[in-house]
Amino acid sequence: MLRFIGRRLLESIPVMFIIVTGTFFMQRFVPGGPFTAEKAVTPEVERNLLAYYHLNDPLWKQYTDYLWDLTPKRFHPGALASGLDLKAAFGIDFRPSFKYPNRTVNEIIADKLPVSLELGGWSLGVALLIGLPLGVLAAVKRNSWIDYLCSSFALTGICVPTFVLGPILVLVFAIHFGWFNASGWYGPIDRVLPSLTLGSVYAAYIARLTRGGLLEVLSQDFIRTARAKGASEARVIFRHALRGGLLPVVSFLGPAIAGILTGSFVIETIFQIPGLGREFVNSAFNRDYTLVLGTVILYAGFIIALNLVVDVVQVWLNPKLRFE
Amino acid sequence: MILRRSLRAAWLGAAVGASLLAAGCGRKAGTAAGGKGGGGEQVLRMGNGAEPQDLDPQAVEGIPELNIIQALFDSLVEPDPHDLHPVPGLAETWEVSPDGLVYTFHLRPNLRWSNGDPLTSDDFIQSYKRILTPSLGSDYANYFYNYVQGAKDYYEGKVADFSRVGVRAPDPRTLVITLSHPTPFLLEMIACHFVWDPLPIKVVAKFGPLGHKGSAWTRAGNLVASGPFMLKEWIPNKRVVVVRNPNYWDAGRVKLDRIEFYPTDDLGVEEHMFRTGQIDRTYDFDRSKVEFYRQHHPDELKLEPWLGSYYYVFNVHRAPFTDVRVRRALSLAIDREQIVKAIMRGGETPAYSVDPPNDSGYTAQAQLQGDLAEARRLLAEAGYPGGRGFPPIHLLYNQNQGYHRSVAEAIQAMWRKNLGIELTLSNQEWKVYLDSLNGHNFQLGRAGWIADYPDPDVFLEIFETGNVNNDGEWSNPEYDRLLHQAMNARTQAERYAIYQRMDRILVDQCPVMPIFYYTKVYALRPTVKGWWPTLLDEHPYKYVYLQH
Amino acid sequence: MIPTLPPAEPAALEIEAGESLWSGAWHRLRRNRLAVFGGVVVVALGLLCAFGPLFSQSYQDQNLDLGAVAPNAAHWLGTDTLGRDLFARTLYGGRISLMVGLVATFVALVIGVTYGAVAGYAGGKLDAAMMRVVDIMYALPFTIFVILLMVFFGQNILLLFVAIGASEWLTMARIVRGQVLSIKKMEYIEAARSLGLSRRRIIFRHVIPNVLGPIIVYTTLTIPSVMLLEAFLSFLGLGVQAPMSSWGSLIKDGADKMEEFWWLLVFPGSFFSLTLFSLNFLGDGLRDALDVRAAKD
Repeated sequence: MLRFIGRRLLESIPVMFIIVTGTFFMQRFVPGGPFTAEKAVTPEVERNLLAYYHLNDPLWKQYTDYLWDLTPKRFHPGALASGLDLKAAFGIDFRPSFKYPNRTVNEIIADKLPVSLELGGWSLGVALLIGLPLGVLAAVKRNSWIDYLCSSFALTGICVPTFVLGPILVLVFAIHFGWFNASGWYGPIDRVLPSLTLGSVYAAYIARLTRGGLLEVLSQDFIRTARAKGASEARVIFRHALRGGLLPVVSFLGPAIAGILTGSFVIETIFQIPGLGREFVNSAFNRDYTLVLGTVILYAGFIIALNLVVDVVQVWLNPKLRFE
Repeated sequence: MILRRSLRAAWLGAAVGASLLAAGCGRKAGTAAGGKGGGGEQVLRMGNGAEPQDLDPQAVEGIPELNIIQALFDSLVEPDPHDLHPVPGLAETWEVSPDGLVYTFHLRPNLRWSNGDPLTSDDFIQSYKRILTPSLGSDYANYFYNYVQGAKDYYEGKVADFSRVGVRAPDPRTLVITLSHPTPFLLEMIACHFVWDPLPIKVVAKFGPLGHKGSAWTRAGNLVASGPFMLKEWIPNKRVVVVRNPNYWDAGRVKLDRIEFYPTDDLGVEEHMFRTGQIDRTYDFDRSKVEFYRQHHPDELKLEPWLGSYYYVFNVHRAPFTDVRVRRALSLAIDREQIVKAIMRGGETPAYSVDPPNDSGYTAQAQLQGDLAEARRLLAEAGYPGGRGFPPIHLLYNQNQGYHRSVAEAIQAMWRKNLGIELTLSNQEWKVYLDSLNGHNFQLGRAGWIADYPDPDVFLEIFETGNVNNDGEWSNPEYDRLLHQAMNARTQAERYAIYQRMDRILVDQCPVMPIFYYTKVYALRPTVKGWWPTLLDEHPYKYVYLQH
Repeated sequence: MIPTLPPAEPAALEIEAGESLWSGAWHRLRRNRLAVFGGVVVVALGLLCAFGPLFSQSYQDQNLDLGAVAPNAAHWLGTDTLGRDLFARTLYGGRISLMVGLVATFVALVIGVTYGAVAGYAGGKLDAAMMRVVDIMYALPFTIFVILLMVFFGQNILLLFVAIGASEWLTMARIVRGQVLSIKKMEYIEAARSLGLSRRRIIFRHVIPNVLGPIIVYTTLTIPSVMLLEAFLSFLGLGVQAPMSSWGSLIKDGADKMEEFWWLLVFPGSFFSLTLFSLNFLGDGLRDALDVRAAKD
């Protein structure tokens, strides 16, 4: 297994390289730049702005300069303990943001990622705590009213998009009952509504996929064998069926967790949360080249890591598989 | 504090199908973390639109930044809280030479930065040198070098000697600015535009080279202020807090203890924050909520004239807009009253000329006049009777504000009905849209222009041939000549007379189709006092206080 | 030619005999009342959106003096802020949303299932390479990709399918691959292999039919997210241009005004939800009907 993981980590280097290269050049072909503003700047000012940020260098030079800044140059992981400073730890420099000139992309990530991780963690908890039981229950009581109730509940989570659910929760619980702040990220109580809103969508997916996955397994011969041997229904479900039944959920969760942990644009906007999710979308709108790349690299890291975890878990769930 | 018996609850009940909410009841607000301090502390909490880019007056361009910078940095003259006319600020008095070219400012005695350092005329000189440093790449450097003698040559590197630029400090309390041409609105500009603010140059230098932006000097704890407030806290995407500056020259007048600025980039969210008492003022306001507030909370709703025009630009190089009769016909064939009343709903006024009225005492006399019959006649004259044979036309617009789309849809319907012509709408992402506009890559484009300082020149200069903001590339030699003539006019009256002639040309030639003049729509807690409507939505904080 | 298979694997036998599987499935599906109901509703909604506009009011005729009014006799679902009939707009929007939802999901389905099945079945280096490509596609910034599409190819509704298809097939591919990995060591696949069937035949005739369950479930989940994604893409300028609308855009507009004009959210939202519920119940029924193992119980 260690060899498998090692090989995957090696593979991730070219993957990352392609992602960085693709993003770097893609965004340069998008019309508008970091200094495109409603009141256009004069050509003299624009020239100086471009010179200041070295945007008038040949593109290949900008690209190689950037790659050099990204290349790890030292190894002091201890520095990560006092804040997520990738520059101090590994010499990886994402450079200053264009939009927020007095912040570096390293800093923005270090400030905001923990917030998104926390929100994502809570939401994931909500999603799993609601989604898994609903899905299992629906599968076990297949085509009964319990199934329909669970499935309908899950479907409601999908039918009501977060940009509708969030404001409704705010109107009811923050404005009408006054139990919460309408927005903000101060005390523990401010975690409740955003986590519920974000978690509900994923809960719905998890419930549906769990139900579907379990039904696949429940009809297989080894389950019938287990039942015939007199194993209790709970034992059949949790010892035998759930392992295989969770496969689709696990496949889904890899990229989903990467998304959930790196923040959600809609949730962070609705609840004014200082997380990273807004930066993913806004940096593209702002043509904040360095911040776009920084967030993309971070997200790519999560995707690569989580898909690796998923592949490991899949082997663990299905002993017939081997690490290839 | 709001106590809301609400019809909204009933509506919401219907919306979520939860009848238990139908019985509306109120709630007390103010549980927000920002909250009011004890002991009657005066805290103003502002919804501030976007997260500020930076707080360096020479490195920013937006209104959210302006709102905070006005609390932190003072200038030679300050805007009057009622009508924004320039009143003494850091400068106690000033003289202007008879030819209008040389301004001599006398600073107040014992001016200090918030850290106690003396603030002298040299700080101005060094700050102006910094904004002209090409490597700084200041977005608004042109607001400085377009007016000060020798500044543009220095900025473009044609002159290396800064002493050739028209700013001098004969002694620590005297600042002399020499202009390249008389600029009658110089003081208005200094009062309202932050490029003229002096910076704490020693502090800036401590954190990085002067010619670099983005050093740490603007961080909380580092930033040193000259204005009524100083920076206490800045947590990105959370809030910016400023507190009273004891070293401000007019500190005795300042009544607020602190101001908190909250980034609020979503209208709905912001209104919720206002309703739960988390903020005292919204940055903007959803037009669909205006009617409800007008009926139920008229004391909280503010609809104030705002110095800006909303219009569609014709690209005069693209057929059929090469023909002035077509431009005029289209401009005559929309019902501006209805657009304002049914769609905008914020008290905007229909626009029949580019210049908003009552702009520093100027109102354009030339107004677009003519009825539908004339519009149809003009269109027929241009060769398209009843819209027959009219080429397809496309409108370029953006959708950052919901009403852009509604206005476009209404105009589309009006032209179809009134002239029999078809308009297609093309929404583009914000920066793609801006790039298309600036690159003249459009046929008909939505645009708006909001003044940085109160003077009609703001609206007239953009139609000069070759102006970077002249997106439609309309060009008129007579107009250009008049613009230069106005810049050298001796008196305000003489200048405004020239502007009247220029406005006449704009109305006759229709380079753009004015639609309405903006209003600033926002919600404000009635407890906020010392706050007057001004044309630029600027409300000098030193006069503001809360009365419970 | 129907190969003889070990009697322990009736599943593969039935699938190989395609005719009997599908007719059996159809028979089972018809007995599932909820699924039938879902199917009827989906078809009815589709017909309503396709042909309803022929009889309804115009989606773009405005009445600015009227503005937004609640449902009444003249406007069954009320009007929007420009005084346009919401019923007509919802029907027209349904055309766009159903088309985008079904076509784009179909694109994602075909790409995702084929890709995932091939990768999972092939295994080894090919699988690794294919899955790394998926990782790359996940990470590339979607917003920028969409803007680029719009800039280079114009505002064409076909691009919607490209943009959405390009983003939605990834998770499908990973799910299918995971399922394929789990069944490819099963005896009936080994058996098919030992019979010397071509890879292509094994993948499409034996592997995919046995992982249909999760595919159907995930497909029915993709349709709503595609419909909402369309609203975001239209906001970016790719896709549907005003005054035409879609359910996603109507819901977004309605959400912004839900306190003032509830009907603007509730009715488009109801159409959207009804479609989803129906599709999901139909999907569940289809899954049950195709599950030959369970059907034997």
